[in-house]
Amino acid sequence: MTTQQPAEVQPSADERIDLERAVVKHWKAPISYAVLTVVSFILMVLLARDGLARLRLASGGDFFQIPDALLPVRATGIVVVVVLALLTAFSFWAAATVRKVGAWLPVVFGIVFVVGFLVWAGAGAMIPIPGLLFATVGLSVPLIFGAMGGVISERAGVVNIAIEAQLLGGAFTGAVVASATGSTIVGVVAAMVAAVLVSMVLAVFAIRYFVEQIIVGVVLNVLIAGLTNFFYSSVLTDNPALNSPDRLPRINIPVLENIPLIGPALFNQTVIVYAMYIIVPLIAWGLFKTTWGLRLRAIGEHPLAADTVGINVPRLRFWNVSLAGAVAGLGGAYFTLDSNGAFTREMTAGLGYIALAAVIFGQWHPIKATGAALLFGFASALQQTLGAIGSPVPSEFMLMLPYVITILAVAGFIGQSRPPAASGKPYRKQ
Amino acid sequence: MTLELKGITKRFGALTANDHIDLEVNAGEIHCLLGENGAGKSTLMNVLYGLYQADEGQILLDGEVQRFSGPGDAMRAGIGMVHQHFMLIPVFTVAENVLLGHEKALGGLAGAKQKVREISDRFGFHIDPDAKIEDLPVGVQQRVEIIKALSQDAKVLVFDEPTAVLTPRETDELMAIMQQLRDEGTAIVFITHKLREVRAIADRITVIRLGKVVGEASREDSSNELASMMVGRAVELTVQKSPPVLTDNVVEIRGLTVLDAIGQKVVNDVSFDVRGGEVLCIAGVQGNGQTELTEAIIGMQPRATGSITLNGLELQGKSVREVLDSGVGFVPEDRTVDGLVGDFTIAENLMLDRYRGEPFVKAGSIDRAVRDAFATEKLGAFDIRAQGIDTRVGTLSGGNQQKVVLARELGRPLALFVASQPTRGLDVGSIEFVHSQVIASRDAGIPVIVVSTELDEVVGLADRIAVMYRGGVVGVVPADTSRDTLGLMMAGEPPAGAPADPTDPSEGAAA
Repeated sequence: MTTQQPAEVQPSADERIDLERAVVKHWKAPISYAVLTVVSFILMVLLARDGLARLRLASGGDFFQIPDALLPVRATGIVVVVVLALLTAFSFWAAATVRKVGAWLPVVFGIVFVVGFLVWAGAGAMIPIPGLLFATVGLSVPLIFGAMGGVISERAGVVNIAIEAQLLGGAFTGAVVASATGSTIVGVVAAMVAAVLVSMVLAVFAIRYFVEQIIVGVVLNVLIAGLTNFFYSSVLTDNPALNSPDRLPRINIPVLENIPLIGPALFNQTVIVYAMYIIVPLIAWGLFKTTWGLRLRAIGEHPLAADTVGINVPRLRFWNVSLAGAVAGLGGAYFTLDSNGAFTREMTAGLGYIALAAVIFGQWHPIKATGAALLFGFASALQQTLGAIGSPVPSEFMLMLPYVITILAVAGFIGQSRPPAASGKPYRKQ
Repeated sequence: MTLELKGITKRFGALTANDHIDLEVNAGEIHCLLGENGAGKSTLMNVLYGLYQADEGQILLDGEVQRFSGPGDAMRAGIGMVHQHFMLIPVFTVAENVLLGHEKALGGLAGAKQKVREISDRFGFHIDPDAKIEDLPVGVQQRVEIIKALSQDAKVLVFDEPTAVLTPRETDELMAIMQQLRDEGTAIVFITHKLREVRAIADRITVIRLGKVVGEASREDSSNELASMMVGRAVELTVQKSPPVLTDNVVEIRGLTVLDAIGQKVVNDVSFDVRGGEVLCIAGVQGNGQTELTEAIIGMQPRATGSITLNGLELQGKSVREVLDSGVGFVPEDRTVDGLVGDFTIAENLMLDRYRGEPFVKAGSIDRAVRDAFATEKLGAFDIRAQGIDTRVGTLSGGNQQKVVLARELGRPLALFVASQPTRGLDVGSIEFVHSQVIASRDAGIPVIVVSTELDEVVGLADRIAVMYRGGVVGVVPADTSRDTLGLMMAGEPPAGAPADPTDPSEGAAA
């Protein structure tokens, strides 16, 4: 065997195709920080309120009781605005000198802003932080399951607009089956089956008949909303027994539930929530470390390449879209068997679309998408909590909050994200 | 292993892409499959690889009939393929791409990495198994494709137009690798339409034309003989043209920089002049900024800075409409995507840029008589072979589609003509026609810019050659520059001694 070329003509694998970069200054982030700082200034300094805000940090069973934080509203407002102004100035400086800023800046900015806002809104009242966190987890659960379903489906190359339908179908079926059989676990399984069936309709039309995936998804959402409304008003209202499932029991995890601040929020939950703690890391590990994940990502990025190594693209897509439905179905079951205890009309209220936003915001990564879902959940919880304590902000404005965050997130405010290359594209062979 | 194809026939609707093709390839030989674009070479290989099912005929390996229902079957039988468009997943690492589909057999990611290192060492590839595909140059990506095939112990290796994306030097290296594989006993099928490569490396040559085998040839046959066998008639391989007569028309490009979405300089500080009456060919491997450069001239690149002046008139920063109105004709790189509307008729496509006012539009509606008269005239003048002017453009062959684009762009008075990859994927007859139109535009006294990745075309057409590499112009050299020098320039090395420009003394002072 002879090597027929001299060594120096070998392009080494280190030779990356890097082009010269132009100096591009990005002003989007600093400008948005500046806007928020100005808003804070107007609220917390110009429209400052007097008195003290009490932030309750402890709950009953904690190891040790953290005392309530009593904050003078006016002074806190000034401190917060100064800190925000400094962070904004830093952001402008970083942009002007084209420096990379880590993820800490938006996180710190966000926390400081939220604390300032809470104190301002809670002047003269008490805000229970453990309750706020508990509500955050509760409102995030269906979003997280929906987002996981979205991640799996889109990574496999099928756009899943039908998350809403999967949640709603799961919620309805879960309630009816659990009521009829008297078993909540059977109800949960039935919710998953129902959502899988919805997914399969999407899969068959998208994969077998090449129908535009967005259209099928939207049609499914409307169809399931219509069907559940019809059965709700024609069957369930006359037979309330069919819509009164037992709720899943809360299981307290000893010791962990006593951690101050986060213990009650995380470890006083039902089996669905505990399943979520396992499923999210499992999907993350599976996607990036297993054969299943390798093939799944391959068919979503370059199906023809997967085909040329002997992978059956349509079949694999079909089963993974079905799997996505099963995961979303758990989120559906959460509505009727955990948080609410009965089915009501269109009770998912568009959360499927918010879950889809979390998928995009989370860059099609299970952990990041979970983070995004938690953020949306927090926005909703904040709105509920502030409504309860009688905040000066009109509740209609507060209701907008989750959606404003969603719009900003989907508009790519947080940075460019790249979807799986073949997502939404049907795979056709000659 | 001996591979035999017997009477393979594949039809797509009314079109017979392969008509009873016989082919035999033995272990330790390189068998070239020579044919024009559209002759049916790739279809044949996709049948062999199980991607298409043959309507008739048999595939035999060592005398045994094979039945491939998918690529998996073909691979298990020992057939590997290096695809023309790489079948690699850009966001995966080398090892992950090799692993995909063979997870058990290779023993997981660790096994795949080991296999990559093993094969890479055997052939001296120096490939890092953990490198991401999208970060690798195309030449290296192709080696990953080869590794992929070899990791499955391929005994028959098919190379489908492998040199289309390579620099001349990378092509030479690939040939050396193919010879090494042959010497180790691999049977190689080498699909190409490039005569130079065939004559350099083939042990046997089979020529196919319009889906049929027209015979075997020998590498000792002259290029002219091979070409006429491939095309079916005598072919003039060189472009007929007289020496350039320069006019005062001129397009001057100064400091042109184009950024992509993430701020990379895809065109980096490019400056050159093209005078009326000359053809400037922009050579270079695909993806080195040629596309963005031509799009910047026509006004389609939003993040462009610098200056483009045509006879003193600034074009940079103008809208596409204004650029077209200043007399720029443009043949885009991908005629089916950017050049034509496939579902429109020939007549409609010909008036795509003439929808504003007289004579085509009167009082807000299209004057069909004018449109049809115009289309009918162009149909004849540009030798567009179609049923009529109402034929949908999408149903035409590549050559006829390109003629429609040319008819539209050359059908108005021009001050500058820019053609990007004007002959890509065309048959020889259409290539000759396109070349004659390019030369005719030049002889009309306007500046002509032609982007081509085919060195033969560049050398044949150009009066001067600019070579692009990673967004920059490596140099502007005369047309008689040696291929070796051009090859080095395409890999980024400036020409020795940076010769002064022969036709344009201002060139050196530019930038």
